[in-house]
Amino acid sequence: MERVSIDEQRCKSCGLCVSICPVKILIISDRLNARGFRPAQCTDQDKCTSCGSCALVCPDIAIELHREVKA
Amino acid sequence: MAEQMKVIYERPTSWANKVTHYCPGCTHGVAHRLVAELVDEMGLVDKTIGVWPVGCAVLGYDYFNFDSVEAAHGRAPAMATGIKVTNPDNFVFTYQGDGDLASIGMAEIVHAAARGWPITVIFINNGNYGMTGGQMAPTTLLGQKTTTSPLGRTPQANGFPIRVAEMLAQLDGPAYIARVSLDSPVNIRKAKSAMRKAFNAQVRGIGFSLVECLSTCPTNWKLTPVESMERVRKEVMPYFPLGEFKVVEGVL
Repeated sequence: MERVSIDEQRCKSCGLCVSICPVKILIISDRLNARGFRPAQCTDQDKCTSCGSCALVCPDIAIELHREVKA
Repeated sequence: MAEQMKVIYERPTSWANKVTHYCPGCTHGVAHRLVAELVDEMGLVDKTIGVWPVGCAVLGYDYFNFDSVEAAHGRAPAMATGIKVTNPDNFVFTYQGDGDLASIGMAEIVHAAARGWPITVIFINNGNYGMTGGQMAPTTLLGQKTTTSPLGRTPQANGFPIRVAEMLAQLDGPAYIARVSLDSPVNIRKAKSAMRKAFNAQVRGIGFSLVECLSTCPTNWKLTPVESMERVRKEVMPYFPLGEFKVVEGVL
């Protein structure tokens, strides 16, 4: 399961998550979703620190965050 | 072996899982999400009644899994008062924009606050009438260009912006009045905490509560969503300072 899961059909390409991510792993992708927006995507799941900033600023509730439980 | 994952953030269950009609980057979505999260966390789903305004949030009733009604333009506080009087066990909140609350609905909000009946108001201040195309609102800043003030708002022609939170905090009725901003993660966290206090003011039967949220309108401000957030910090916050203007004992 991914740490950062972005629902591409919800994303409206506003770019707020991209601007706010402290480890800069979010970008706006080249492909289009069904509504004609270019959704945000995560380039490196392993770098995510689970700070939650992207989920907090996302106005479309497109981002869900998970983290592995340490053994 | 399947990995064990813990949840850092998931969609609130009182959110109806629809794509909103709001423009990209509009902070209405953030305010909606905070309402949904708090309704979930405080266990209010079964007894919440939302009263929706006329404005961008007019379709807000579509996005939540609790009951909602649609008020006439500006009359949401009057309608909410009526619902609360007849259903005192329900949690009743209104969600209004600045054109709705501060212009046509000014009389209703002032008298609802003066009566102090325990209802909660979420007030979205984005400095213009978003739905109708960016006309000047009572909260439009001096010098701000809108479709009805194309040369910028001037005090001579248009008067001064109204600070709703400070104005209502002078009344004796309200239990909790605060102004928050939705421009950054830290301010969104503070906004949620203020909304929790506002919800508590009603749940504990203390009195009227209002949270004014400084919001963005990237489409009508003609800025990108990221530039809009910057504008809130640089231009809007100096005129509309953040803070709690009235906190009655017992709300915290």
